[in-house]
Amino acid sequence: KLVAMEVTQLLLNAQSIDGTVRKHAEENLKLFQSQNLAGFLLSLAGELANDEKPVDSRKLAGLVLKNALDAKEQHRKYELVQRWLSLDMATKTQIRAFLLKTLSSPVPDVRSTASQVIAKVAGIELPQNQWPELVGSLLSNIHQLPAHVKQATLETLGYLCEEVSPDVVEQEHVNKILTAVVQGMNAAEGNNDVRLAATRALYMALGFAQANFNNDMERDYIMRVVCEATLSPEVKIRQAAFECLVSIASTYYEKLAHYMQDIFNITAKAVREDDESVALQAIEFWSSICDEEIDILEEYGGEFTGDSDVPCFYFTKQALPALVPLLLETLLKQEEDQDLDEGAWNIAMAGGTCLGLVARAVGDDIVPHVMPFIEEKISKPDWREREAATYAFGSILEGPSPDKLMTIVNAALTFMLNALTKDPSNHVKDTTAWTLGRIFEFLHGSTIETPIITQANCQQIITVLIQTMKDAPNVAEKACGALYFLAQGYEDIGPNSPLTPFFQEIIQSLLAVAHREDATESRLRTAAYEALNEVVRCSTDETSAMVLQLVPVIMLELHNTLEGEKLSSDEREKQNELQGLLCGCLQVIIQKLGSEPTKYVFMQHADQMMGLFLRVFGCKSATAHEEAMLAIGALAYAAGPDFAKYMPEFYKYLEMGLQNFEEYQVCAVTVGVIGDICRALEDKILPYCDGIMTQLLKDLSSNQLHRSVKPPIFSCFGDIALAIGENFEKYINYSMPMLQSAAELSAHASGADDEMTEYTNSLRNGILEAYSGIFQGFKNSPKTQLLIPYAPHILQFLDSIYMEKDMDEVVMKTAIGVLGDLADTLGSHVGGLIQQSVSSKEFLNECLSSDDHTIKEAAEWAKHAITRAISV
Amino acid sequence: MAPHDLRRPFKRRPISDQQKRRDLSLLRQSQHRSDAQQRARNLASSVISLQSSSSPDADPETLPEPMPDVDTAGHESEASSFSIRQASSLRGPEARKWFASQLMLPEWMIDVPENLSRDWYVLARPAGKRCFVVSTDGVTVSRLRNGSVLHHFPSALPGGARKKGVSGPAQSYSILDCIFHEADQTYYVIDMVCWRGYSLYECTAEFRFFWLQSKLDETGACDPPSFYHKFRFSVVPFYNCDQSGLHSAYTGSLPYVKDGLLFYNKHAHYHTGNTPLVLIWKDERCSQYVIDTDNNGQVPSQQHIVLELQDDGKIVTSDDPPVVVNCLNADFVKQSGLSPGSLVRFAIGDGGLNCVDGKFEKADLQYISVSNRARAFADSYSKIMFQYMARHSPLKVEDLASMISQENQQDKLPEVEMSD
Repeated sequence: KLVAMEVTQLLLNAQSIDGTVRKHAEENLKLFQSQNLAGFLLSLAGELANDEKPVDSRKLAGLVLKNALDAKEQHRKYELVQRWLSLDMATKTQIRAFLLKTLSSPVPDVRSTASQVIAKVAGIELPQNQWPELVGSLLSNIHQLPAHVKQATLETLGYLCEEVSPDVVEQEHVNKILTAVVQGMNAAEGNNDVRLAATRALYMALGFAQANFNNDMERDYIMRVVCEATLSPEVKIRQAAFECLVSIASTYYEKLAHYMQDIFNITAKAVREDDESVALQAIEFWSSICDEEIDILEEYGGEFTGDSDVPCFYFTKQALPALVPLLLETLLKQEEDQDLDEGAWNIAMAGGTCLGLVARAVGDDIVPHVMPFIEEKISKPDWREREAATYAFGSILEGPSPDKLMTIVNAALTFMLNALTKDPSNHVKDTTAWTLGRIFEFLHGSTIETPIITQANCQQIITVLIQTMKDAPNVAEKACGALYFLAQGYEDIGPNSPLTPFFQEIIQSLLAVAHREDATESRLRTAAYEALNEVVRCSTDETSAMVLQLVPVIMLELHNTLEGEKLSSDEREKQNELQGLLCGCLQVIIQKLGSEPTKYVFMQHADQMMGLFLRVFGCKSATAHEEAMLAIGALAYAAGPDFAKYMPEFYKYLEMGLQNFEEYQVCAVTVGVIGDICRALEDKILPYCDGIMTQLLKDLSSNQLHRSVKPPIFSCFGDIALAIGENFEKYINYSMPMLQSAAELSAHASGADDEMTEYTNSLRNGILEAYSGIFQGFKNSPKTQLLIPYAPHILQFLDSIYMEKDMDEVVMKTAIGVLGDLADTLGSHVGGLIQQSVSSKEFLNECLSSDDHTIKEAAEWAKHAITRAISV
Repeated sequence: MAPHDLRRPFKRRPISDQQKRRDLSLLRQSQHRSDAQQRARNLASSVISLQSSSSPDADPETLPEPMPDVDTAGHESEASSFSIRQASSLRGPEARKWFASQLMLPEWMIDVPENLSRDWYVLARPAGKRCFVVSTDGVTVSRLRNGSVLHHFPSALPGGARKKGVSGPAQSYSILDCIFHEADQTYYVIDMVCWRGYSLYECTAEFRFFWLQSKLDETGACDPPSFYHKFRFSVVPFYNCDQSGLHSAYTGSLPYVKDGLLFYNKHAHYHTGNTPLVLIWKDERCSQYVIDTDNNGQVPSQQHIVLELQDDGKIVTSDDPPVVVNCLNADFVKQSGLSPGSLVRFAIGDGGLNCVDGKFEKADLQYISVSNRARAFADSYSKIMFQYMARHSPLKVEDLASMISQENQQDKLPEVEMSD
């Protein structure tokens, strides 16, 4: 058994700069933990609480303790929670006592670590009604505590609110927590550390304050204290107080009307005069208000009901005359090299971003407030003024109606093209190219009545963009982006595209950009391939011969990336990124050319292309794998039954993809591709089904796999069943119980938040698609009777979905289709059962009178099949 | 507690191109899944309609003439025994064969049906190639009765071209019964079988024709050819079969060459294979081909017919059930190298045909040869009889007209009695 002294030494050794010592210590810690968990955790807590121990060993003890309670991965987290709950009460009580005692330590770091550990324990125990005295003991005599203990206690309360869901804390405790926190924030609190801790705690406790924000007096009090804190002489307190305001803007938008005038004054002062860290938060307040109003107005637009949950108060619109000048001022505070620094974020960037959001929230109204600024500054000798004017212009292009902007944009276009070639400032050119992209994104396309790009200026625009693609990487990247939207605007142009005469030149220029020595800077290479993809996607049959010529070119490039040997890890990473881009590009080309009339010629490349994709799987890069997998799915669809010849070699990568739990995107994409292959191969997929089904069933039972992959796996069952028909028989005994338990789970899960409802619906849809495929696959087979025992449950499931009243339209369509498939396949065997179900009456009628014709169609089908099933 | 990062995307698209590719793939996959299911369901509906034609509970009121007792023998059985899953792909020879048996084939009019003016439509049949036109998933395919592809082309039909924003969702699936008229390169639509994935098999002709008229034009399929619409479609004008309707169909000037008149019973569903609820009639005035020609395009002096040889030596028509025309003796069969299932060509001798109640009493047949391989089926009873009548005592347009005027008078009588 280890003694306390040894623990201290182990913890210190685990931080040694000597690798061998460190490794040895880490192994011993693991060993200790595995041999005697309770003793291990208890000695860590004891170490943390012991003021005589070195700070370093205490901090690490706290960290190891924290990691023993929580993990990022859901399944691991669940295990740790169960492990903690199963510890004996005596140990847990002792650990809790050690933790609370640590809050009084004179060492700030140690107190802070203890705060976090206490919150983790609370996160596990409070939902189980354990440690009920925690909140009470933290709050008892908080007023009499020495400042450093008070500070640690407030910090603990903040973390606690972050860890614990509001519904497991009684309102009485919530009130006490908020009272303590808000009092700690008050100007009357003399100690700045306490005041800062309280302000940060409030930020985390805001989610608990629902009831208090509904009470006028309490809300006035909280708002007054927060606003006062924004005026504190301490910059960190001002920043934390603004963070609270930002959070309040989105959480309690509908409660703010009364305070907006004051908040405007506070934020304006901060933006103009305060430290940048504070000014950024003040701007963020307005960005958050815009976010809320954009969401609300979007919902209005979609529904036309006018009785949305949250009304729009048009705060942005009211503040417009004062807010816009405030934001325009910030645009002049650019940093010299902000466009070259990926991580840059400053007041000019925040101000322009906010201006863009304001434009989306108020639409046409913003234009007269911004135009004078642009006109005055766009030709000034100082690059800052020209850039600010251009940035302002680019920012307001989304929101106002095309009618309002068209004249201005037409007048500005020539100026912009000129600036792009002649302006000496890199910064101005960057913003100008970006603005052109915005013009094409929002004001160019089939929905715009008077086109911006005409026969007269098309040549010039393309020439300038191609020229700009040779500029500095950051400027060239924006030019590629502009080309992207230029092409996108011709997406549904019909057989003759104005880009056709320039097609060859555009493709060649983009390839040249991708090959620039400095293409890895400023995301330039990615932007070039993305533009290339969009140009191909939006191309017409006129240019299909040129797209066809691109195939061997891109394949050769992919081939070259696979030949590179002995790369540094940095080079390898760039290589993998390039492989991903090239596979993505091939995927787009496959979708373009893989159907008539180009399919035949295109498919002559298929063998070689497939060979390259398989080699990409040999490299270790999740992104490249995902892209190659997507491309293969598209290829399978184009190849149809001929795809069978690739299966022997491809199969192992399919299996690998399904086993990739960590990079769940790869797994998800692989599941989708199995669907493609089922539709391409039909019953020729049979030899591979044992392996695929085994892996899919494993995926479903795994608690490591991201939950978003599970609904598509169910849909994939349906794809397989539809492809192999009654051969699905041998999987029935495994898949049906899985479907059944998932169906039950989805019935219990609904009703929580929007995100949960969305997930529940995607789960239902997957389950239903599986049933559909299975029923249709078994239709007309003598083995149909195997499915009869499952009919009652499936009908119950349909009924429960209907009763829950929270299904979306996709589920509605799939569900009523399943009813039809069930009736069609099982016929008179289930006639009586169907007649008893709610689905066959109210639900069916509701679908029959749906406005959505796909739902109606599925319902007609169901009605038809049911009539037949019950008439026999 | 560090301050929270509040950086927002700067000069960046909100969605990366990779995410766009991912989203587009998911969209494509879910559309294809939905297509596959929809196809299975559509074909299921058509198989259902086929099976229900033999079910005894057909409503007698909507079917003024008794449905023939169709069992699953003969070429139609291919359809009902065919698994939906296999057919759902619409690929390969199996599916082609299946398709070939999906057309509704008129019987020849050998006597005038009752209630012509009340229960029937008449239309002038265009001369040309009878075919199914299927539009789905961005392409339109026309298939001849033998299942072979006539054209593979983009059209303005729902889902008929790879073009965005046109005529609804990509998963829609439409089938039209057409005649392709070479001279003006137009598909003349004579019936609608499926529209936007909605099966019209079990709808009455009255509804199908109404739907055809109101829906086809909306799509732009009747517009002149363009890049995404290679052939023009056109609805054949149809009339109630009263005096003026018959007159219009028979004499009216039309953009196409006529090949006889088609009569559709308004209450009949789309019945695959031969049906007495659609009839074809022709005379010299409205068709170039009244009397069958031989391979050289000449009208032979004697009527030729093709019959199928059965196990027991009986030679029968293609009807379901087959009608026995005569019987060959075993020695003759052996000598001529015939085997059961052979299609055999005969000439009708001077002794002619004599039939009572749809059965041949006497048939003077002269053996010619085994029929050429291109033929799939023997002649039907109604065809043999129509051809025979055309040579001897044809059913004239006046006979049709007088039947209609008789009916009109009958119709009026009960009215008088009622008001009495």
